[in-house]
Amino acid sequence: MKSVFVYCEVENQKVAEISQELLSAGKRLAQKLGCPLEAMIFGKNLNGIKSQISSYGVDKLFVADDERLEPYRTLPHAALATEILKNQDPQIVLFGATSVGRDLAPRIASVLNCGLTADCTILDIGDHFVKKEKKEYKDLLYAIRPAFGGSIMANIINWDQHPQMATVREGVMKKEIFDTNYSTEIVRVNVNDIVKEEDFIVKIIERHIEESGVNLKEAPIIVAGGYGVGSKENFQHLIDLADLLGGEVGGSRAAVDAGFIDHDRQIGQTGTTVRPKLYIAAGISGAIQHRAGMQESSLIISINNDPEAPINKIADYVIEGDLAEVVPKMIKYYKENAK
Amino acid sequence: MRPLKIIVLAKQVPDTRHVGADAMKPDGTVNRGKLSTIFNPDDLHALELALNIKDRVLGTEVIILTMGPKRAADIVREGYYRGADYGIMISDRRFGGADTLATSYTLVRGIQKLAPFDLVLGGRQAIDGDTAQVGPQCADKLKIPQVTYVEEIVDIKDDEIIARRRLEKGVETVSSPFPCLMTVHGSSPACRSRHAKRVMKYKYARTNTELKSSKTEELILSLHKKRPYLTIPEWSVEDIDADINKIGLPGSPTKVKSVESIVLTAKEAKKLSDTDADIEIMIKELIEQHTIG
Repeated sequence: MKSVFVYCEVENQKVAEISQELLSAGKRLAQKLGCPLEAMIFGKNLNGIKSQISSYGVDKLFVADDERLEPYRTLPHAALATEILKNQDPQIVLFGATSVGRDLAPRIASVLNCGLTADCTILDIGDHFVKKEKKEYKDLLYAIRPAFGGSIMANIINWDQHPQMATVREGVMKKEIFDTNYSTEIVRVNVNDIVKEEDFIVKIIERHIEESGVNLKEAPIIVAGGYGVGSKENFQHLIDLADLLGGEVGGSRAAVDAGFIDHDRQIGQTGTTVRPKLYIAAGISGAIQHRAGMQESSLIISINNDPEAPINKIADYVIEGDLAEVVPKMIKYYKENAK
Repeated sequence: MRPLKIIVLAKQVPDTRHVGADAMKPDGTVNRGKLSTIFNPDDLHALELALNIKDRVLGTEVIILTMGPKRAADIVREGYYRGADYGIMISDRRFGGADTLATSYTLVRGIQKLAPFDLVLGGRQAIDGDTAQVGPQCADKLKIPQVTYVEEIVDIKDDEIIARRRLEKGVETVSSPFPCLMTVHGSSPACRSRHAKRVMKYKYARTNTELKSSKTEELILSLHKKRPYLTIPEWSVEDIDADINKIGLPGSPTKVKSVESIVLTAKEAKKLSDTDADIEIMIKELIEQHTIG
């Protein structure tokens, strides 16, 4: 049956943020296709889980509830998901581009022999004419993502092998309640019919999950640095400014790779997507992967030596200069003028 | 402890982190010739992890396996320089245009030719696509468990290996029986440098395709006759007995419908200098708009 399917992540009876975003995106696709939205969720003690999922407009929810399914392990989850997908034969399946989704989705794609597009920033529905077959394929998933150093946006499609699968990073899709009274049919999955004992062969010995103190998504002001910041020491200027303005510090991938800033502060396609009211980009040239993660900011200030930096084209203020001089001046005049 | 046989998957990638202005042709397609190529960074971490196990478990063998065009032989040489025992290249025009599914199928045909093995290691992801899909897809096709995002091998026993994984929000230590496949996270130790003696020993290592090139000097050809270890094996579609429908473009379900060059239409940006006057004006405006303060 034609449907859109979402793999939901859950831990301690809480449905992950990314999964709620995917359900919202999945509903929008399902509405375009005029088809049901379905979801699957595997974990333990999931009795009340429906209440967190129904309101996104989910028509059918497959629940596998078993002590051994949480925390996530690849093989049992892959066995369950493939079995459900084989039986339901949906058109589209969405996963979070998380530690879990990026581990699971490719394994499933391999079993089902289907295409999988990673880290999409736009999902849409459209047609495609295949010249060789002289045939128009209707209502395909357009999985759109930046590619090749960010110089291009690629629209990836897959017309001959179902389902069409995609992963999406957290924060990219908007979370949207569809109907608070939506009625969802629950299908209980019999775990022992599908998962074999040897699927539990990888054992978790120890686990430390710390909720990251960094909350870029909610920060009203973000001061971000790129490779052009030059050093960890120079990053201190950005930290000072962010502290003063009550914002968070972020970085481009190049800044993370260079070791200027921690990985959990990376902004962009492969990091966090943010929409603050003010985004200050210092020493960031602005490859599309980075812009994809911040271009919806209400106001953008770019500080850059290079007047031709691509980021300047989406900025509201462009300051040409050295950030090591400019940022301290911003701090000084903020202190003088703020009430 | 018994010695292990480790296969390291490594990819040659365009250096997308340093894309110059000439990397794109006027028609919007990628000018691959203008991009320098490097050893995929995460794969170097995987090589280090393998060499680290070799240091710990006497007699362990590290085999480097790469797939790519002719120039990807650099990856095998680099592997030799840093400590790999043996290197193989999968190379054939018909493998071109492969997406992750076709790539994993091809690699697995190569891995199976090297079986039995204890461990397959690869980087978490390659910088030219960042998909992180090939590792798990190989594990599925090999019907073995996968342990992704490994940053440290905690312990190695006769029948199992214990590894610490780096997750988004923490760490997890898991045990897996052999054989298994691991993808290695960039937070693991960086790869050791080239070893001068190994560079001397292997600098003339070439594939047969490279040897056939007219530029090859007589000296190298004669060295290859005396020292067969210098010849890097090159496997074709037939050598790995691959199904032609599962490789290259025909084996790739995902297709690129269209690519769009990114053309930015400039906003009406206010252009400021770094003078005190300009910066004070901007800060005052931001305070007035209640953007800050």
